[in-house]
Amino acid sequence: MKTFRHGIHPGDYKDLTRHIAIERMPFTDELVIPLSQHLGAPSRLLVKEGDKVYRGQIIGEPAGFVSIGQHAPVTGTVKAIEMRHHPSGKLVESVIISRDPYSPQTFYNEHAMEWESLTPGELISLIQHGGFVGLGGAAFPTHVKLSVPEGKKAKFLIINGVECEPYLTSDHRVMLEQFDDVFYGIRILEKVLGCERFYIGIENNKDDAIALLNKRIPADMNGEVVALQTKYPQGAEKMLIEAVLKREVPSGKLPIDVEVVVQNVGTIAGIGMMFRFGQPLIERVVTITGPGIEKPSNLLIPIGTKLADVLDYCGGLKENTRQVLFGGPMMGAPQVYMDVPIMKGTSGILCLTDEEVTIREEYPCIRCLRCVDACPVYLNPSRLGALAKTRDYEGMLGYHVMDCVECGSCSYVCPSNIPLVQRFRVAKALLREKQAKQRKAS
Amino acid sequence: MSPLIAIAFIGGLSLILAIILAVANSKLKVFEDPRIDTVEGMLPGANCGACGQPGCRAFAEDVISGNSQPSACSVGGPETAEKVATFLGIDPGSAVRKVARLLCAGGTDKAVKAAEYAGFESCRAAAAVTGGPKACSYGCIGLADCEEVCDFDAIKMLPNGLPFVNATKCTACGDCVDVCPKGLFELMPVNRHLVVQCKSALEGDKILEMCEVACTACSRCAADAPENLIIMKNNLPVVNPDMLDKETEIATLRCPTGAIAWVEEQQFKPLSKEKVE
Repeated sequence: MKTFRHGIHPGDYKDLTRHIAIERMPFTDELVIPLSQHLGAPSRLLVKEGDKVYRGQIIGEPAGFVSIGQHAPVTGTVKAIEMRHHPSGKLVESVIISRDPYSPQTFYNEHAMEWESLTPGELISLIQHGGFVGLGGAAFPTHVKLSVPEGKKAKFLIINGVECEPYLTSDHRVMLEQFDDVFYGIRILEKVLGCERFYIGIENNKDDAIALLNKRIPADMNGEVVALQTKYPQGAEKMLIEAVLKREVPSGKLPIDVEVVVQNVGTIAGIGMMFRFGQPLIERVVTITGPGIEKPSNLLIPIGTKLADVLDYCGGLKENTRQVLFGGPMMGAPQVYMDVPIMKGTSGILCLTDEEVTIREEYPCIRCLRCVDACPVYLNPSRLGALAKTRDYEGMLGYHVMDCVECGSCSYVCPSNIPLVQRFRVAKALLREKQAKQRKAS
Repeated sequence: MSPLIAIAFIGGLSLILAIILAVANSKLKVFEDPRIDTVEGMLPGANCGACGQPGCRAFAEDVISGNSQPSACSVGGPETAEKVATFLGIDPGSAVRKVARLLCAGGTDKAVKAAEYAGFESCRAAAAVTGGPKACSYGCIGLADCEEVCDFDAIKMLPNGLPFVNATKCTACGDCVDVCPKGLFELMPVNRHLVVQCKSALEGDKILEMCEVACTACSRCAADAPENLIIMKNNLPVVNPDMLDKETEIATLRCPTGAIAWVEEQQFKPLSKEKVE
C-alpha cells in the first residue's frame, strides 16, 4: 500500500465520531466574524454598525491578492465592529452579528452559477470572493494555490482526504455525505488548472469512504481514489504528494514545482457547493470530539458561532476536562477563551481530560535518533534541538530548519520528552523576523 | 651520510620557501589602517551589534572612515567614546545613553490570569499557542526569554513575573527588543522620564477587566501635560520624543491606573539582592 517514508503511527481514536452523520447546528443569537481568519492580509470591511445583513452577503472584501472575502453567516444586524478574542490568542477586529430571530435564514441568492463559459481567471476571482481557504486547518487562501505562475503547469490535482490527525472525522463525513459536491468541485478546479488527472488520497482507516468514492467517480472524469497506509503526517501537502505520486517537492519549493496542486476535500466540497447553489463559505463541518465532551458529534456549524455555544449544544464539558483544542491533538491550538468563534480553518474541537493531558519532565537527549527516523522531511531534529537550546539559530539554518513542517512527530517519539517542535517553531519565527529585518535594511 | 642529505635537503627547501614567502609578503601586501586594530582594542569587544554593525571591528572601521561617531557604541559608554575620539582626534558625538524600558506593568499580582500554561518554558513558544496565560494578549508573558537572551546580565525576573532591567548594566544592544514576542521593550534615552507601561489597544472597562494597571485611554495625561507633549494614538498616550525637555510629573498624577509612570533611573523596584549602583 502506498505511503511516504518515515512518519509515526499514533492511535487514531476516530471511533468516537466516525459513524455519526453530519448534523446542522441551529443558529445562535450572536456570531463573531473575525476579519482575519486566513493567512494573509485581513479582509477590508464593507459594513458598518447597525447595517442589516443577509445570510451569504459579503461583509468583507479581499484586501489584496493573498486575502479573501468574508460573508455574513446569518441574517441579522451588525451589532458592533470591535476587537474580539481570536483562536490565535490575539485580539482581532471582528464583525459582531446578532441574528434576526424572525428570519427564516434562507440563503438569499440561491441559484446555480453558470460557470462553463467563464475563464480560469474569472473562476479564481469568484473563489477568492467566495472566501475559500484550505479547510484542513492551515487556512491558506485557496485561490492563491490555484493561480499557477507563468511557465509552470499543474498536471495533477490531488484531493486531500487523508485526515491523518487522530480524533478528527469531519473530512471523512464530508466524503461520505457530500461526494456530489466533491466531484462538482473537482470539475471546476480541473477547468481552472487544466490538469490531466486527479487523485483522491484517503487513508485506509476510512474503508467506507474509499469504496464509496471509487464507485461514484463519474464515468467522464479522469481520476482515481488512492488508498494510503494510515500514517501521520500524511495530510501534509508534501507528504501526500510523495505518497501518491512518488514525487518529492524540493527544499524551498512548492507543489506546483512538481506539477501538482493539492486541495483539501472539504474545500473542494465547499467550492462545489458554491457553484451548485451559489452559497459562499459561511459554514463548515466540524468534529466535536474527545473524552471531555458529553456528546461527540460532527456538526455543520455557521462560521462565527462561539465555542461556548457549540460545547453547550454538545451537552457541555465533563467535570475533569482539562484542555480544549481547535484542531487535532498533534497540531491543534489550545484555547483560552470560551467566546472565540469557530473559524474557516477550524476542523475540529477536541476536549481532553486530566488523563490525556500530562506534563512530562524533560531529560537530556540520549541520541536514540527516533526523531530522525520519524521526521518526514528528513531533518535531524536531535541536532537541531541541541542547536536551538544554545540559541544557535544561524547554525540551525545550515541544518535546514526552515524545511520543518512543524508536524510534531519528533516531539511525539522523543523518549526524553524534549520539546523539539516547540523549539523549532520559536527558531523559525525568530529567523523569519531577522530575514524580514535584513530585507528591509537592504 | 644519509642524515646529512636529509638535513641539507630540508634546509634548502625551507630556504626556498622562506624566500617565496618573503617576496609574497612584500609584493602582495594589503594595506590596512593600523588604527583599526587600536580602536578595536579600545572597544568593549562584546560584538553585540547595538551600533548597527556586525561587530566591533566593523564599527572601528566605520568610525575611522567617518561614517559613525564613537558615541554610537552604547556598550562602551561616554568614556570609551571619549578615548576613541581623543585617539582619532575627532568629535565623540553626542548620543545619549539609552536603556531598555518595559511597556507593561501587569505583573501576576495585577493582571488577570486566564489559563494555565504548562508547555515549553519560553515566551516565544507560549505566544505561538494562544499567547500565554494572561487574559491581556498585549502583556508580558513572563517566561524570561529576555533574561535568557541578555548577554550583559542586566535582566532579572521579578517575583511578579516581570523582567527588571538594570539600567546601570543595560547597554541598549536591543536583543531583548528582538526576542520579546509581544514587542514590549523599547530603547529610550536614559533621561526620558515618562514611560507608558501598557501596549493595549483596548479602552475603558474592557481592558480593566484584564489588568488593573492597564491604560484605559482616558487621555487625562495628555490633557495635563504641556501641549503636544503627549498625543493619544490607538488608545495609548505617545510621548513626543522631541519635547523631552518639557516632561513633567504632572502628567502622571491623574492617571487612574498608574499606566503612565515617572521613571528616574530604574523602572521597577529591583530585588533586594540585585546590586544597583
